[in-house]
Amino acid sequence: MNFLALIGRVVLGFLGHIGRLTIFAGTAVSHCVRPPLYPRLIVRQMIDIGYYSLPVVGLTAIFSGMVLALQSYTGFARFSAESAVANVVVLSMTRELGPVLAGLMVAGRIGASMAAEIGTMRVTEQIDALTTLSTNPFKYLVVPRLLAGLLMLPLLVLVADIIGVFGGYLVGVYKLGFNPGVYINSTVDFLEPLDVISGLVKAAVFGFLIALMGCYNGYYSKGGAQGVGAATTNAVVSASILILTSNYIITELFFAT
Amino acid sequence: MAAAPKIHLKDVRKAFGDKQVLNGIDLDIAPAESVVVIGGSGTGKSVLIKCILGILTADSGVIEVDGRDVTHIPAGSRDPAINRKFGMLFQSAALFDSLPVWENVAFGLIQGERMSRKEAKHKAIETLAKVGLAPSVGDLSPAELSGGMQKRVGLARAIAGDPEIVFFDEPTTGLDPIMADVINDLIIACVKDKGITALSITHDMHSARKIGDRIAMIHEGRLIWVGNAKDIDRAGNPYVEQFVNGRAEGPIKMQLRR
Repeated sequence: MNFLALIGRVVLGFLGHIGRLTIFAGTAVSHCVRPPLYPRLIVRQMIDIGYYSLPVVGLTAIFSGMVLALQSYTGFARFSAESAVANVVVLSMTRELGPVLAGLMVAGRIGASMAAEIGTMRVTEQIDALTTLSTNPFKYLVVPRLLAGLLMLPLLVLVADIIGVFGGYLVGVYKLGFNPGVYINSTVDFLEPLDVISGLVKAAVFGFLIALMGCYNGYYSKGGAQGVGAATTNAVVSASILILTSNYIITELFFAT
Repeated sequence: MAAAPKIHLKDVRKAFGDKQVLNGIDLDIAPAESVVVIGGSGTGKSVLIKCILGILTADSGVIEVDGRDVTHIPAGSRDPAINRKFGMLFQSAALFDSLPVWENVAFGLIQGERMSRKEAKHKAIETLAKVGLAPSVGDLSPAELSGGMQKRVGLARAIAGDPEIVFFDEPTTGLDPIMADVINDLIIACVKDKGITALSITHDMHSARKIGDRIAMIHEGRLIWVGNAKDIDRAGNPYVEQFVNGRAEGPIKMQLRR
């Protein structure tokens, strides 16, 4: 009996979580399209998410591109398909690694800081204080982060794509001895707009999810420092899992025939 | 009471899960009156204020502000005119640590009333002066202030929007006796003397006597005694007597494990 009760409690807790998250997301999105918006805060969040994530995302991208070129070269050399290296690098970067790696890095950097900041505001009554000052906490805290995530992640991923391809070029030309012109040609020749666009759509979804999980977990955190710590962990873990899951779903939507 | 009450509470109830925190609160607060609610920790004092403000929603009962029923409306859905009547000083001051002091004070003016930043800063400096803080404090960040100064900034933020009703959540808790008395004097100067209605919660009896016209004692979710502040020592209620004199022995039993 006790065991059944335990299962029931876990399932009910999980469903409650899903329900709260759905209502939270719905409320947040509905506030995104109703004035007043706070342009000043949106810009600050965009700088935080976009500009300050550039070094991390850039480093991730360049080494991913480099290792991709190296790995695929040694692999393809076994059946004399070395010329496909440039294609593999550009397709992997734009379709998968750019959005996913940038998403995961930003989830760790931004998702965590959102959850910690909003969570601290919750436990120190700052969110209640917002309400008493005629300011809707959703509009003031959640909407700028959601919009900034949604807009900045695609831009970050575009930069990551370019840097990643450049990393592949560096290894291809200076280590593996490809002719620079040939490498660039085969990079561009087989690339289709949909490859890049699907990656950017993924990035927008990931950006939204990262901000949503950061805000949601922070908003409902309770119990002081420990609660804020738990909220931060949950924000990063749940955002990462959602990124990987939705990545598959979006890929399926775009490319499954 | 001749005048219509500013705040009217009738049979207000609120439960969290199985725990009935407010168990039928009846209280009328007249315009310009200062009521202090006293009671032990965890007896529902903060919940009462949050229900009136709309941060929490009461389960049942009636909460009226200036005759308008706001019981079941959360703050975000209320008429902005009602929200603007309120000011609140939080126990921990709850200053926004991402903003300098002056923007904290001016926050309600800039965000709520859409005042220009320049004008709002001017008003913020003026309000800071009312609570005895120099204009230079305005450019500091809240983390650089002492507890007493944070409370004063919190008070300035609460009164900056010229509210009609101000709530004080344990205004003197955590301060030394002298700073506590400074805060009491400021509350009297900024609130009572301006005809603002005030509802405070505290367990500091010195503060309660000083800032309250009337005192209400809350115990197990009910108001067990309401009377004039000067009658608190002649309450004839063993619960009030125990609380006022701070005795461990009496009808109020602390939940202690022995």
